[in-house]
Amino acid sequence: MDDIAPATPEIVVVGAGMVAHRFVESLLSRSDAAMRVTVLGDEGRHPYDRVGLSGFFSGAGPEDLELDRSVFDDDRVELVRDDRVLRLDRAAQTVTTRSRRVLRYDTLVLATGSYAARVAVDGADLPGCFVYRTLDDMQRLQEFVSRRAGMLGRPLRGTVIGGGLLGLEAAGALQGMDVDVTVVQYSDRLMSQQLDAVGASMLRRLLEARGITVRTEARTTRLDPDESGAVTALEFQDGSFLRADVVIFTVGVRPRDELARNGGLRVDPRGGVLIDDRCTTSDQNILAIGEVANYEGRCVGLVAPGYAMAEVAATGLLGGEAAFPGYDDSSKLKLSGVDVASFGDAMATTPDALDVVYADPVAGVYKKLVLSDDAQTLLGGILVGDASAYGALRPLVGARLGADPAAYLLPENGDEPARAALPDEAVVCSCANVSAGRIRSAVHEEGCRDAAAVKVCTKAGATCGSCALMVKKLVGQELVALGQTVSHALCEHFELSRAQLFDAVRVSGLSTFSSIVERFGRGRGCDICKPAIASILSVLVGSHVLDGENATLQDTNDHVMANMQKDGTYSVVPRMPGGEVTPDGLLAIGGIAKDFALYTKITGGQRIDMFGARLEQLPLIWERLVDAGFESGHAYGKSLRTVKSCVGSTWCRYGVLDSVGMAVRLELRYRGLRAPHKLKLGVSGCARECAEARGKDVGVIATETGWNMYVGGNGGFAPKHAQLLASDLDDDGLIRAIDRFFMYYIRTADRLQRTAPWLDELEGGLDTLRSVIFDDALGICRDLDEAMAQHVDRYEDEWAATLRDPEKLARFRSFVNAADTPDPSLAYVAERGQIRPATAAEKRGGVLIAGTALEVRR
Amino acid sequence: MTSPAVRESIRVCGLDDLEVERGRAALVDDLQVALFRLRDGSVRAVDNLDPFTGAQVIARGIVGTRGDADTVASPLHKQVFDLATGECLDAQGREVVQDGAQSGLRVWPVRVVEGDVFVEVPR
Ligand code: SRM
Ligand SMILES: Cc1cc2nc3c(=O)[nH]c(=O)nc-3n(C[C@H](O)[C@H](O)[C@H](O)COP(=O)(O)OP(=O)(O)OC[C@H]3O[C@@H](n4cnc5c(N)ncnc54)[C@H](O)[C@@H]3O)c2cc1C
Ligand code: SF4
Ligand code: FES
Repeated sequence: MDDIAPATPEIVVVGAGMVAHRFVESLLSRSDAAMRVTVLGDEGRHPYDRVGLSGFFSGAGPEDLELDRSVFDDDRVELVRDDRVLRLDRAAQTVTTRSRRVLRYDTLVLATGSYAARVAVDGADLPGCFVYRTLDDMQRLQEFVSRRAGMLGRPLRGTVIGGGLLGLEAAGALQGMDVDVTVVQYSDRLMSQQLDAVGASMLRRLLEARGITVRTEARTTRLDPDESGAVTALEFQDGSFLRADVVIFTVGVRPRDELARNGGLRVDPRGGVLIDDRCTTSDQNILAIGEVANYEGRCVGLVAPGYAMAEVAATGLLGGEAAFPGYDDSSKLKLSGVDVASFGDAMATTPDALDVVYADPVAGVYKKLVLSDDAQTLLGGILVGDASAYGALRPLVGARLGADPAAYLLPENGDEPARAALPDEAVVCSCANVSAGRIRSAVHEEGCRDAAAVKVCTKAGATCGSCALMVKKLVGQELVALGQTVSHALCEHFELSRAQLFDAVRVSGLSTFSSIVERFGRGRGCDICKPAIASILSVLVGSHVLDGENATLQDTNDHVMANMQKDGTYSVVPRMPGGEVTPDGLLAIGGIAKDFALYTKITGGQRIDMFGARLEQLPLIWERLVDAGFESGHAYGKSLRTVKSCVGSTWCRYGVLDSVGMAVRLELRYRGLRAPHKLKLGVSGCARECAEARGKDVGVIATETGWNMYVGGNGGFAPKHAQLLASDLDDDGLIRAIDRFFMYYIRTADRLQRTAPWLDELEGGLDTLRSVIFDDALGICRDLDEAMAQHVDRYEDEWAATLRDPEKLARFRSFVNAADTPDPSLAYVAERGQIRPATAAEKRGGVLIAGTALEVRR
Repeated sequence: MTSPAVRESIRVCGLDDLEVERGRAALVDDLQVALFRLRDGSVRAVDNLDPFTGAQVIARGIVGTRGDADTVASPLHKQVFDLATGECLDAQGREVVQDGAQSGLRVWPVRVVEGDVFVEVPR
């Protein structure tokens, strides 16, 4: 067989970390060519997300952290775990592993990452001393902390040695385990690689405010054990002591370049396998990528450059042309509540660079932009205390700002750059790290014709969904650029847009899904058009969500009038108009939550949510709520959610009008109103705006002369302040204007389009809206008024109605053949005195403290 | 060692207990089956377990069609499954959660005999 050519190329990858994973994914997904890829990993695990490791302490189990397994489903690749490569023989082109496996390679890829370093002092290996690098490290740390705290019978004191990005993250993890933390830094400031002195001192204050003690210019000289042998104190060069029951070293990493060294490859004296911009080492057949690689004298401990190297290496192997562009050192701290980011030339090392600085010491905010000498080109920057502009600014490094640089630093304008034409490098989907350019190429080169296709192709929008509208918009723009018409079709069953369909249904007078799809569509509908039509019918016909065929159209949330949670149970949110609730109401809710063992929390919408209710429990819970005078809060519907209010003139010394009274009136008027997306209002009693009304679809703010009405506000992914539509309205004038605004929006908006983007796209904007609402420019005001009057007339509490109807109640049986049996797969864990769903690992590990057997009384 | 799979046809409910184009879950020992009655009177049975989330929720999804195929969409993250083959037609860019799990649903044979619904499952 020997002389049958060409032989299948043998590619051996040493190291099964993040960069190796990306390399394999990139190599295999881009070519069907025959090859054999063997990935040899030292750790006994499937490759996992090291960047997300701290998530372990907030409940992410090992399998939650795993990187996409399907990469290894390909027949051409084999993953060998728990087998370290010990020797490299370049002459024979082989590597030898601990288990004595000898593998021949045509191409060898070194992706061995780094070691976490410890300080070389006595006691650095005592029990209780850890590094922060692998999943095993995290597990050992967690076990130690809980065991040691139990032993000592008190919360632990902990020290993190090294105040860089990783050290602060580790400090957060310790704090999360109730450890009292001190961060010890050798130099005079924290995050010295990323921050200047001012930024670092602002960061220090933020950390101290969060309860983390900081010691700078402190050089550890020794660690001392207690009588059990575990670490108990640190000694510093100046002779001082610090008590510590647990110590984490985060003093930097050292490239794992020993294979290369022993194999005679060129390595940097300070560590790292030397590579050129093709990621080739001094041996043509050997590549190095990720943290182990040294490019132009540096190794960088960030994953993005490693991924870039992986792509370069894969492209090269497939015969393509690609070059590593050099390191991007941009980074952002992952410590909740402490926003820090730095990017580009943050330290202003470019000759003649200019700084533009914005500092608000009271709020703990420091922002600096580094600009070219003509103040036109962005070179880099530092953001402390508010890093919201990071995503927008980072892609602009090297680009001309084209506006007053200061404008980019002020809170209000932080997202402006994102709104201009997005540069190709701008990250649109932060979950999957997909750039605008990647989306554009999916449209142009891969033939994606809508956001759904782009999602499949790039994973943009597949995780949290926040970017979905942005992706859709971008796809639309590109299609227009291609001269293609953007399809407004709702889905494969309807060519019409939602607004067209609304009119079609209104004019035809049809009132069932079957008749509508027969007349205007095709097939039997889907999860997109069915709920859309249910919403349209609800406004036009107004029957109960569970009446007849209506019931089959509803999303599960509307179908059982509760919000489905990750484990298939539901949350229950009774309405509390304006955030007002009586003590008796609170007692009733408390009693119900206790009896049904529900997790309770105050929502961001000024009311109470109870989580963990099973399907078959919903009617029992609602029976008690309805008895206590509550009604559905429609937290599940694309409909009115809450009207947030401040306390207003009835109590507040500044209030000029009764904001709670108005909020309650509005909430009762619009409750149950179905819309293309959810609707939220806010009412503030004076210009201090404690109800944050301008963040809502309709914001109402009291003035000495009447109500000001603002429209088109939005929180969420793309926050936006509502804009002033009208001033000095009296109560009735205000309500009439809101009636018309809502009805006009409901008729004309796209599916899942909130008022803010709808208003953005409305031709003529606010002026058009004013002319429709106040001057009746379209002659539809009577229609709109009547439609709203009808809604108010017909309103009935969905839950009360359901409880009266045995047929509707039948839907709440857990199993068609076992009506009251709880879903046996549910399992819970106790946390801070309440329950939460068990993670997959907890379910497997059987550490459950509470299960479905929790006592539940009627 | 696994014992040879024995399959048994079990009555789970009456046809009238099922609503057209809306699913119901049935419990057979430990197995949760999602039942769907279609417009033509036929009944489909697939796993209730959503492979993308590990939650037992498929019976609570929206029934529809894709081309000629009858489908259900998971109520959690809207993956679409073919009710006849169990195949996942649209993974929404996501991955299954369970080790080595398939992205599709298992399909269980169903018979409707004189108004009673029987599902054939391993016991
Ligand atoms: C419960 C709650 C969080 C909390 O514990 O505080 C919550 C929970 C959810 N929100 Fe929210 N949001 C909650 C207040 C908010 C707020 C704050 C507010 O209302 O003042 C916002 C920002 C304001 C805004 O909407 O503009 C908010 C912006 C979102 C968004 C982004 C909407 C957007 O336009 O970008 C979504 C996603 C969506 O609707 O598509 C969302 C979606 C969700 C969903 C439905 C996600 C889901 O599909 O499971 C969550 C359902 C929870 C449940 O099962 O009950 N939630 N959500 C809050 C319920 C308030 C209430 O009493 O009804
Ligand atoms: C807690 C934490 C948080 C982080 N946060 C961020 C962040 O927010 N942003 C960011 O950009 N970066 C972050 N990083 C850094 C990032 O994780 C690394 O840059 C990245 O993982 C490097 O990938 P790699 O594949 O080069 O090395 P690794 O992921 O370390 O993989 C190397 C693998 O090779 C194996 N190996 C080594 N030698 C051998 C051998 N001889 N034989 C077989 N196998 C071997 C190792 O066991 C290891 O599994 C963080 C790191 C940690 C620890
Ligand atoms: S409650 Fe809102 S912000 Fe929190 S996880 Fe759910 S959707 Fe996201
Ligand atoms: S930002 Fe795109 S899915 Fe989360």
